[in-house]
Amino acid sequence: MKKMNEFTLAESLSLLGKKEISSQELVSAYFEQIDRVDAEVGAWITLDRQGALRQAARIDDHRLKGLALGPLAGVPGGLKDNLCTTTMPTTCASKMLVQYTSPFDATVVEKLAGADAVILGKLNMDEFAMGSSTENSYIKPVRNPVDLTRVPGGSSGGSAAAVASFQAAFTLGSDTGGSIRQPAAFCGVVGLKPTYGAVSRYGLIAFASSLDQIGPLTRDVTDLAHVMNVLAGHDPRDSTSVTVDWPDFRDSLRADVKGMKIALPKEYFGKGLNPEVKAAVLEAARRFELLGADVDEVGVTTMEYALPAYYLISSAEASSNLARFDGVQYGYRADDFEDLRDLYVKTRSQGFGKEVKRRILLGTYALSSGYYDAYYKKAQQVRGLIRKEFSDLFKTYDLILSPVAPTTAWKLGEKSKDPLEMYMEDIYTVPINIAGVPAISVPCGKDTSGMPVGMQLIGKPFDEKTLIRAAYTFEQSVGGWRHDG
Amino acid sequence: MTAKDFEVVMGLEVHVELKTATKIFCGCSTAFGAPPNTQVCRVCLGLPGALPVLNEKVVDAAVKAGIATNCEITAYGKQDRKNYFYPDLPKAYQISQYDLPLCHGGYIDVEVRGETRRIGITRIHIEEDAGKLIHDGEGTLIDYNRGGVPLIEIVSEPDFRSAEEVGAYLRKLRAILIYAGISDCKMNEGAFRCDVNLSVRQRGSSEYGTRTEMKNLNSFNFIQKAIEHEAQRQIALVTSGGKVVQETRRWDQTAGKSISMRTKEDAHDYRYFPDPDLMPIVVSTERISKLASELPQMPDERKAHYIQHYGLGAYDAEQLVSSRAVADYFEQAVIGCSNVKLLSNVMTTEIFRLLGDQEGEERVPAFSAADLRDLVNRIEDETIHMGIGKKVLSLMWTGAGHPDAIIEAQDLKQISDPELLKLVVAEVIEAHQKAVLEYLDGKDKAFQSLMGQVMAKTKGKANPKMVSELLESAIQTMK
Repeated sequence: MKKMNEFTLAESLSLLGKKEISSQELVSAYFEQIDRVDAEVGAWITLDRQGALRQAARIDDHRLKGLALGPLAGVPGGLKDNLCTTTMPTTCASKMLVQYTSPFDATVVEKLAGADAVILGKLNMDEFAMGSSTENSYIKPVRNPVDLTRVPGGSSGGSAAAVASFQAAFTLGSDTGGSIRQPAAFCGVVGLKPTYGAVSRYGLIAFASSLDQIGPLTRDVTDLAHVMNVLAGHDPRDSTSVTVDWPDFRDSLRADVKGMKIALPKEYFGKGLNPEVKAAVLEAARRFELLGADVDEVGVTTMEYALPAYYLISSAEASSNLARFDGVQYGYRADDFEDLRDLYVKTRSQGFGKEVKRRILLGTYALSSGYYDAYYKKAQQVRGLIRKEFSDLFKTYDLILSPVAPTTAWKLGEKSKDPLEMYMEDIYTVPINIAGVPAISVPCGKDTSGMPVGMQLIGKPFDEKTLIRAAYTFEQSVGGWRHDG
Repeated sequence: MTAKDFEVVMGLEVHVELKTATKIFCGCSTAFGAPPNTQVCRVCLGLPGALPVLNEKVVDAAVKAGIATNCEITAYGKQDRKNYFYPDLPKAYQISQYDLPLCHGGYIDVEVRGETRRIGITRIHIEEDAGKLIHDGEGTLIDYNRGGVPLIEIVSEPDFRSAEEVGAYLRKLRAILIYAGISDCKMNEGAFRCDVNLSVRQRGSSEYGTRTEMKNLNSFNFIQKAIEHEAQRQIALVTSGGKVVQETRRWDQTAGKSISMRTKEDAHDYRYFPDPDLMPIVVSTERISKLASELPQMPDERKAHYIQHYGLGAYDAEQLVSSRAVADYFEQAVIGCSNVKLLSNVMTTEIFRLLGDQEGEERVPAFSAADLRDLVNRIEDETIHMGIGKKVLSLMWTGAGHPDAIIEAQDLKQISDPELLKLVVAEVIEAHQKAVLEYLDGKDKAFQSLMGQVMAKTKGKANPKMVSELLESAIQTMK
């Protein structure tokens, strides 16, 4: 018999609806699992046991009284710790914000509350979402639940690890250059980076505003559709949020890809790609063909420029977004300082970790007078070309299929010495953020060490429903999500 | 080389706080004078996760300013971040506009010494104001109420050659913005602030000298003094073989001089880049037409009307339209006025003197425009003469009531009875033989003194024209 926390979100919803289990029992089961495994995994930064159990009790009570309930009523989830919450600190896994509690909730937090979800706590991450392994957390590293000697990916490593280790039915992450998809791939769960503008960024502590999107991580595609139904929608408080007539994503849970046109860009399968990852993703491509999709190999010309463009644009925006952490109003402030300048220098030198400082320096440089044209402006031009290339491909194809990352999860510490090697991990994910299109990461096999491999399906802007349908079709064809399969 | 061989070249940057009810990126009030940090929220405090949403009324106001100053409107604009650290700037960047300002390429015509000078407007852009630092004895406190209040920055071409031109331009610009209903331009509340870029060069040169920037001059008086001082400083420097350093200077009014704040070497690199949190600003031609139709008659239109219909001089007309409240008052007083030129004179001399410097707000006399008109009519119909008119006016100013009532109560009616005046003149001539002889000797001043004696004897009420004639003829008979 499955433990209660091993039910998927959809299964839990069904059992809750039939009153076979209560939300309080379910939440308690998750906390028991957290107590069992998280000392090793390190997924959580803050837990809100009282708040979660109180919310669960309220929902159980409403259910007994027959009152109307939201679409995620009673289901426990977790939030990446860069999403503002009034009931818990929002640390961004940084010394700068360890004591910071926001006076307002992020829009997605309000939406989850409106959907009657239960929030267990806040999840570990790379400091300010900068990193690909969650080793950059100021608080503690996260370990991959599949193999505790390995990283969970990043920056939403806590979000992926919590779902993979049954510590949450669903989690939210943020994805600036792959931060949802890559950890989802590394931990063997499903993760979606929605179209830029699909989900409100209000209350997400910004890394790179033109690239950041919040998205769900779940065990399977069905669960993802449930959560995405709650997240998507226009928010007047976020000027970049878009008004779209969103469908019910559960309607896309149909195993049918017949006639779907899928592009396979050969540059995404070139040098640097681990052969086992390549084999698994190409195998997935063949499976799509067998399922009735048309898969064509195509050539792209902009991919090699995406990574440098990404690191320039994201670092430039970060250097400005993170300037507000100056020790004046809130957050960490250095103890002794002589004057204003000294306050700034000491606070920021002591409050930020190494990787964050590296990006701030890189971004400041890229925006500096005399370098702007060569770096930031050039990167924006590249961005235009990448967008156009995607948009051209989507004139012919419904989807693009690629690996999520060139490797599977590596050992902790293995790539920490060379930042460039770590940046290369993002090579297949960053073009998607640059183009602003949606992409989903779906498990598609394992390497010989048993580490999960993820494939990336990239879709047209605001066409998440097709992504979900294709991912669901694939998942069904391989027998559904199996953590140990 | 002497100072006369030099020409001063200036360009202005004027920051104007807009009169919108709410701030540029959030719903906080813009009202002035609230207790510190009571008009703030997560957005204008720049808290992590909060996002700006552009107040479209700010765009409307800036576009109106552009139309009123003959600018082109940018159809597809954007907003940029200007990055620098300072405690009054909670995000450590100011949202402004860099290379695509909302308005560009306009001009304003001003009257200076009987000449019309056209001053080019390079650009008008929108941006957010910063908070305010308050230094008390123990440390520095920050009031963020002003943070996020919408501003427009109006940048002129380097078209100014004298402090007088600067003054005329600022008064005109201020009038235009008040007419358009965009801002109250209250200088004492910091709603109209001016930076002056100034350089000097030898007359005839086409190259610009090295310029300095003087920041935040918030009174017409200070601006005038700051310009004179800085021009002299630069000329003295250049003529003594020195070089002007490109720098930002702060005008210290109490010390009566400017002080260097920072030189070019430690000037900020603002690292402008497009703000990714905000969408492009799209201004359609329909929107421009609609905003143009909402603008009231502008100062230049009224000025032209005054010149054409009332025969006023360009300078006087410009003076009258320089404040919307004053122009409105003038237009009310014109109704039923038997001498509009005289009315204009009274307003631009006596009334302006009584009102004082119009920097703080738009002020008009407390008494009605109709009362002023009646006073002018009494002068025109010779019930009183101009000198008594001034006296009546000053009594009206203190709230003494209608001019007729004052004239009656104070017995100020002009004495125009020739017989009566002849007697007084005879008395004065009798008593001041010495002055009479001096006048006959060719000393014109002596005549004025005799006039004064007659006026004194009649408590100033004698008809000056008649007194003058009677005196003259009486003295001539003595030859």
